[in-house]
Amino acid sequence: MSADPTAGMPPALAEIATDFREASAKDRVQLLLEFGEDLPDLPPRYADAPEKLEQVHECQSPLFLAVEVGAQPGVRSDDQRVGLFFSVPREAPTTRGFAGILHAGLDGASAAEILATPEHAPMNFALAEVISPLRMRGMVAMLSRIKRQVSLQIAARDDGA
Amino acid sequence: MTDAQPSTDSAETTSEAGHAAYAHPERLVTTDWLAAKLADGEAGAGTPIAVLESDEDVLLYETGHIPGALKLDWQQDLNDPIDRDYVDGEQFAQLMTERGIGRDTTVVIYGDKSNWWAAYALWVMTLFGHDDVRLLDGGRAKWIAEGRELTRDVPTVSPATGDAAYPVIERDDAAIRAFKEDVRAHLGKPLVDVRSPGEYSGELLHMPDYPQEGSLRGGHIRGAKSVPWARAANADGTFKSRAELEAIYLEEQGLSPEDEVVAYCRIGERSSHTWFVLTHLLGFEKVRNYDGSWTEWGNAVRMPIER
Repeated sequence: MSADPTAGMPPALAEIATDFREASAKDRVQLLLEFGEDLPDLPPRYADAPEKLEQVHECQSPLFLAVEVGAQPGVRSDDQRVGLFFSVPREAPTTRGFAGILHAGLDGASAAEILATPEHAPMNFALAEVISPLRMRGMVAMLSRIKRQVSLQIAARDDGA
Repeated sequence: MTDAQPSTDSAETTSEAGHAAYAHPERLVTTDWLAAKLADGEAGAGTPIAVLESDEDVLLYETGHIPGALKLDWQQDLNDPIDRDYVDGEQFAQLMTERGIGRDTTVVIYGDKSNWWAAYALWVMTLFGHDDVRLLDGGRAKWIAEGRELTRDVPTVSPATGDAAYPVIERDDAAIRAFKEDVRAHLGKPLVDVRSPGEYSGELLHMPDYPQEGSLRGGHIRGAKSVPWARAANADGTFKSRAELEAIYLEEQGLSPEDEVVAYCRIGERSSHTWFVLTHLLGFEKVRNYDGSWTEWGNAVRMPIER
């Protein structure tokens, strides 16, 4: 294991992780709330078609997400940009905060960058001690779904090519 | 994990007059009562009536809470950080003292999800023998639905010192908490499984992406009857009337207030709600909550299971 807690994360996510790690415990809670508040609403193509979203079944709050791997002509699958869309109720601010971090840190990253993000990256935000380790599993599950969607979509595309 | 929602087929919202019919009506307060006490400065941090919010979502309090309320988190505050157990007497005394609560303070707890985490906090406070601890009927959702005030201001309290500080009380688990061995010895007597029907039948075992939270076996404790906790709640989060509760637990389930009953769920939080209903609303005297619940029983070796 690398000593750098942000190793393998795309730059935007690594920067957020560093911000959290350097903040006081109280400020970390506030930051998490703010990321949740800044989570953008779903665009109409998803808001009007919730069946297109995948549910992340977790013990606590319902979370739905969609992952879009871009289709720029002449760009390799690995280098395509990834779009992320989340739907989380406002009554679930912790889950919204997780989604907000992943959105701010991974939306627009390349497929290769997302696939290279370590599964346990969420454990490196120094959040476990302020909201409890058990609750961090939700964020690990979200990242795992995102990575799986990206690899499935790339595999489907490469098979078809 | 799916969970039954509170049913919507119920009667009118419980009023204070409705509370009087419960076995221990003093264990519930209405939103009207709390709002009036807050307005008069008789409730809130540092007064003889403390208000605590206890939610599933640890950040919900920060998004806005009842003025004067302080947060009590089930994981961060009530559970021991290392052992799977509750805090001890010293930790509990510190939690209370920090919140300006003394041994004689009336504590009103409210929360999300029809008060299940609030009921859990109340049950833990009962392990320490705190005498006057109550639930706000309808919890957070009802307070908000009624358009009442919320604030992000966290009240400051000056923790009591010396004799006024919360005493160190040794936790007494015997009366209301059951351990695995107790449940084993209890087999044959009434066991109430308050989880969703899918969990009870064993159909729901795997939670996608959560292998570490799953249990190795699905089903329920041998002989347990299924009574999902939410059947005791109205759509607005309040408790059903005494008559409605008696129809479920006494008539339909055949329980009687003299029975020794053990309630359980996945980790003991939803069953705290049922424990509250049986103990304080219906007057059962020998109800224990098995907080090890399915995450212990469904993983332990040679426990009798039924599907």
